[in-house]
Amino acid sequence: MMPDLGRYAVEVMAAYIGSLVMLAGLVGWVWWRTLRTRRALEEIEARARRR
Amino acid sequence: MTSPAKPASLWEYANPVRFMRLSDWLLPVTAVAAAVLTGIGLVWGFFFTPDDFRQGSTVKIVFLHVPAALMAINAWIMMLVASLIWLIRRHHVSALAAKAAAPVGAVMTVIALYTGAVWGQPIWGTWWVWDPRLTSFLILFLFYLGYIALWSAIEDADTAADLTAVLCLVGSVFALLSRYAAFFWTQGLHQGASLSLQPGTRMDWAYKAPLYIAMVGFGLIFVALLLAGTRAEIRARRMKALVARERMQG
Repeated sequence: MMPDLGRYAVEVMAAYIGSLVMLAGLVGWVWWRTLRTRRALEEIEARARRR
Repeated sequence: MTSPAKPASLWEYANPVRFMRLSDWLLPVTAVAAAVLTGIGLVWGFFFTPDDFRQGSTVKIVFLHVPAALMAINAWIMMLVASLIWLIRRHHVSALAAKAAAPVGAVMTVIALYTGAVWGQPIWGTWWVWDPRLTSFLILFLFYLGYIALWSAIEDADTAADLTAVLCLVGSVFALLSRYAAFFWTQGLHQGASLSLQPGTRMDWAYKAPLYIAMVGFGLIFVALLLAGTRAEIRARRMKALVARERMQG
C-alpha cells in the first residue's frame, strides 16, 4: 500500500507528518477555545439570570 | 396574497445573533466537507500519483505546499476585506472574523514555509534562500505574528480592531508580493505559477486533479476554522460585556 518514495522518502514523510501535526494542532486549539468560551459564557449567563 | 420574500442582505450577517444562527448549521457542513476533500486530495496525491521525472517523489509535497501557500495569502486578503468593512461600516463581526482568521493564516504560512524548506533541500540543495517569494512569505508570517500580538496587547476591543485593521492594510503589500514576487523579480530560485489558465500549462492532470481537490479542501478548512473562531470571539466579547455589567451592578 505504501508507495515507494525512493531516496526522498525522509523529506516527503517529514513534509506530510509535520504538516498534518500542525493542522491537527490548529484544529485542536480552535476546538478547545470554542468549547472553553461556550462553557464560560453559559456559566456567566446562568449567573446573570440568577441575579 | 403575500409578497415574495425579500432577499437577505449580506450585511444582515453582521448581526452577531444572525451570524451565530447561520454558522450553527454551516460550520458542521463545512467541517465535514473540508475533512473529506482534504483527505481525498492528500491520499490521492500521496498514494496514487506518479513520481516526477526530475524531482522524483518530492513532487508529492506540492499537495501540501501549494494549498497551504494559497490559503496563507488568501487568509490575509480575507482579513483585509474584513478590516476594510470594520473601518468603513463598523460591523463588529467583521473585526472579530479578521481576528479569528489570523492564527489560521499564520499556521498555513508556517506549513508553506516548512514544506517549501523540506522540498527545497533535495531539489535546490538548500533549506532556505533569500529569494523574493520566500522572503516576502517570511515577512508575511512576521506580519501575522505582529497582528496577533497587537490584538492581545490592547485592552479596548474597538481600539485593537482599528489598529490591527491599519496593520492589515500595510501587510497586504506583502501578501500580494508573496503571490506575484516570482513575476516581479526573476532572479529567485522559486518557480513561477504551478497552475495557469494559459495554454501549454506545465502540470499534468495526474497531479492537477488531486491538487485542485486539496486546494478546495484547504479552503474549506480555513472557512470552518474561521466560522468556529469567529463564534468563539463573539462569545468572548459577550462574556466581557456581561462581566463588565456584573461589576457595575456590584
